[in-house]
Amino acid sequence: MTKSVLTVDDSRTMRDMVAFTLKGAGYEVAEAEDGKKAMDLAAGRRFDLVITDLNMPVMDGLALIRGLRALPSYKSTPILMLTTEADGAKKQEGKAAGATGWLVKPFNPEKLVQVVRTVCP
Amino acid sequence: MAGFTDLEQFRQTYFDECAEMLAIVEAGLLDLARGGADAETVNAVFRGVHSIKGGGGTFGLSALVAFAHEFETVLDEVRAGRLAPTGALVDLLIRANDVLGALLADAREGREGDGILAARVAADLRAVLGPAEADGAAVETTPTAAADGPQRFQIRFAPHPHMLSRGNEPLYLFRALAHFGPLEVECDHDAVPTLDHLDPESIHLSWTLRLETGQPEADVREIFDFVAEDCDLHVAVETEAEPEPAAGPPPDIGREVALVGPGGAMAEPLSPGLPAEPAPPRPAAGENGGRGALAGQSIRVDLDKLDRLVNLVGEMVITQAMVAEQAASLPPGQAPRLLEGLEELARHTRELQESVMAVRAQPVRSVFARMPRLVRELSTTLGKEVGLVMRGEETEVDKTVVENLADPLTHMIRNSMDHGIEAPDAREAAGKARAGTVTLSAQHRSGRIVIEVSDDGRGIDRGRVLRKAVDKGLVPADAQLSEEEVDQLIFLPGFSTAEAISNVSGRGVGMDVVRRNITQLGGRITVHNTPGEGTRFVLSLPLTLAVMDGMVIRTGGERFVLPLTNIVETLRPRPGDLHRVPGQGTVMMARGEYVQLAPLARLLGIQGAQPDPTRALVVLLETEEGGRFGLVVDELLGQQQVVVKSLDAHYRRLDGIAAATILGDGRVALILDVAGLQAMGRGLARTAAAEEFAHA
Amino acid sequence: MHKPLPATRDAAAPPAAPGSQPSRQLVTFTLGTEEFGIPILAVKEIRGWTPETRLPNLPPHVRGVINLRGVIVPIFDLRARFGGPQTEATRRHVVIVLTIGERLQGILTDAISDILDVADGDILPAPNGDGGLVDRAAILGLVASGNRMVTVLDLGRLFAAETQALDEMQDTMAGTAGA
Repeated sequence: MTKSVLTVDDSRTMRDMVAFTLKGAGYEVAEAEDGKKAMDLAAGRRFDLVITDLNMPVMDGLALIRGLRALPSYKSTPILMLTTEADGAKKQEGKAAGATGWLVKPFNPEKLVQVVRTVCP
Repeated sequence: MAGFTDLEQFRQTYFDECAEMLAIVEAGLLDLARGGADAETVNAVFRGVHSIKGGGGTFGLSALVAFAHEFETVLDEVRAGRLAPTGALVDLLIRANDVLGALLADAREGREGDGILAARVAADLRAVLGPAEADGAAVETTPTAAADGPQRFQIRFAPHPHMLSRGNEPLYLFRALAHFGPLEVECDHDAVPTLDHLDPESIHLSWTLRLETGQPEADVREIFDFVAEDCDLHVAVETEAEPEPAAGPPPDIGREVALVGPGGAMAEPLSPGLPAEPAPPRPAAGENGGRGALAGQSIRVDLDKLDRLVNLVGEMVITQAMVAEQAASLPPGQAPRLLEGLEELARHTRELQESVMAVRAQPVRSVFARMPRLVRELSTTLGKEVGLVMRGEETEVDKTVVENLADPLTHMIRNSMDHGIEAPDAREAAGKARAGTVTLSAQHRSGRIVIEVSDDGRGIDRGRVLRKAVDKGLVPADAQLSEEEVDQLIFLPGFSTAEAISNVSGRGVGMDVVRRNITQLGGRITVHNTPGEGTRFVLSLPLTLAVMDGMVIRTGGERFVLPLTNIVETLRPRPGDLHRVPGQGTVMMARGEYVQLAPLARLLGIQGAQPDPTRALVVLLETEEGGRFGLVVDELLGQQQVVVKSLDAHYRRLDGIAAATILGDGRVALILDVAGLQAMGRGLARTAAAEEFAHA
Repeated sequence: MHKPLPATRDAAAPPAAPGSQPSRQLVTFTLGTEEFGIPILAVKEIRGWTPETRLPNLPPHVRGVINLRGVIVPIFDLRARFGGPQTEATRRHVVIVLTIGERLQGILTDAISDILDVADGDILPAPNGDGGLVDRAAILGLVASGNRMVTVLDLGRLFAAETQALDEMQDTMAGTAGA
């Protein structure tokens, strides 16, 4: 069965690239531009994986991760956060909020697919 | 596996998005400069730079990323409240945003910038942070020495009980390891509590894994990166000497893991102590839910699509006019329902057109927003105190017009600050406040947008302007000019009032260029000068460049369109109104002043036109300079809105012709360039005068 | 040594893939008794003549502009361009709309006559001192078709004058900032 991925980022470029790459790898991809929209989407259906940016308007990535983990259907769904290389502290915060792992920007399609295949084969 | 994604296709998206980000960053920084910024503004600024950096890395724009990193680091400090956004710092940040914009422009065009400015501003940014943070924060990745040949790793993996609650799945980790080479898995379930104490959402198993692989240890450890905090992990290389025999056959990984699978895999909560339902979900809105980022709902539309729509509506307007024209030739009383329907169609077409045009409309704010910093920077450069007052930033006008306003406005403000506003001491001596004021305003007025740039400076020194114009041979020494006419001289090509070339406005660009820019947009510019009190420039521009109100006229067998905005009135002269003036051709008394007459047929070489102005019509026209002349045409055919079509898209510009349009019958009519015709008329009169002189 | 080519009347014949064969398809048309050829790939559209709107103060070969489905396209009178009188155009005359670079330009001709498959080697240089109408620079060469001789036009050169004027004008516009 095709796995579905929700990619959350306020940058359209980033969303488009993640979506394009994952679609190419056989995933079904939905997009949201901030945490709030992502929560609304996630509440309506069950995604197999969520990939989220951290710094977003309206509702940031950490709030989204906490919010998702509070939903029964997302208790153990893999959630990856997008961080920049130097964001060690952010990784910790994200993990504490319930993130499964992280993807380091700049965006690298092969790495993305490799990580996604690991956490959500 | 390599290269399955061509990310180049996202470059355009990236650059488009960056342009938006730059504008957001700039707007935010300006808010910050005004002291009107809240935490979210600062956050939005940070986010903008962060996004630009993030995408830049993907497209290999290393200079851009390096700079954005410095910029972002400083912004992060401001965001965290560790750096105060002082005026000097905000100025630096605004400069940094400019550099970022320039780097992006370079990247977009594939240019190599010289990087000097970027390096300087980056150094300034680093200086703000102080020595401690001066080094780039990039994390060194430990070089992973490739191992010689396969090694056997022994991995002890003991997840902490809560690992599953972060979506990590041991099975997937083992599968990833198995990609590296043969893997043996041994499960230790000693720690599993008795059933009545079992928490199905916790994990109580641990594993010992043996992996034979050519991959370096770092890669093996990387598999566990995500769970490093959520487990005890020991990775060791087994030496050849002591190949530890596997204790028993490797267990079936799948089954082992299924036992501890995520909540759903277990049938029922087994312990009565467990809550039947997990903690109630938080409301989806989240704590920040109500705070909107940017007002209004919007969708993004490709500009090309919009332009196609505009064109199509333009065609529809023409078709509608064509149908209406046919219907008008029906005998009166015929087909009343048809005519009714056509009238409604005309109304709807017009409304549709206005709506489509409104989609292209943008507030002038985006270009006004660049002016405060211009004023601030110039104040410093010029050593003057100048405040900027802006009004009507929300006034909307066509996107193309907005885009083309930046240069003229920038120059006019420069001009006002350089030549208009006096130095503080001089102002004080003149009984004025030390600080001068430049006012920039926009408003809609009778279907056009009117933009004013005014200052309370010294005004234009008419004596000096006239002397200069005479010196430069722009006007004859004995010219008798009214005060207003003298004021307009500043728009003449080659005129510059700066006595010494000032590095502010003396950049080889004069008010003539401003006027040309404005004229190209179908606009007009006038100057109102009160010596000692100030200068006011008034720009009047069409709301859109795509549609124009025109008067269709006929001369000989040809039809033309005159822009309605240039028309003062239409007259049929009596013989007594006309006078021949040597060197001026024929002039006519109209409204108490003599205006030169220019026969359109002669200007454009049209056969079969009425040669006698008293039997033809004179359309009194006013040009951008405010000068008037009378265009002699055969007849007026009627007023109508026309869709402006470029002539130079497939051919080229022609003297006296501004553009073309398509009339109701489907044929092309040329739109006349009134200022161009006036110049041609003057040339014609001069030639005629020279001929008369030769014949005398 | 130049054998006459069989004239293909099949207008739908697929154009030779560029680069695959050094051959091209020509659309030929007549001006009086002369026959001219232009590459079919440059032809966007062939339509009957409709009255054009004249442009002011231009030489007689610039007939004016027409409305081609909302696009303003200039029309050139080839007869006048080659030094003849302006064509007395009627509905039976033909306008060939060409794509030259990024521009659309129309040429007014008497009639379309043929579509020819021509190998590049069959286009022979025009003899010196050819007394025809066309300026030699605008001639790519001559092709024999049956007992007819077709003059192959070099469209780029033919319209060079127009393009040049345009480029010059753009240069001037760009260079007048300090004027």
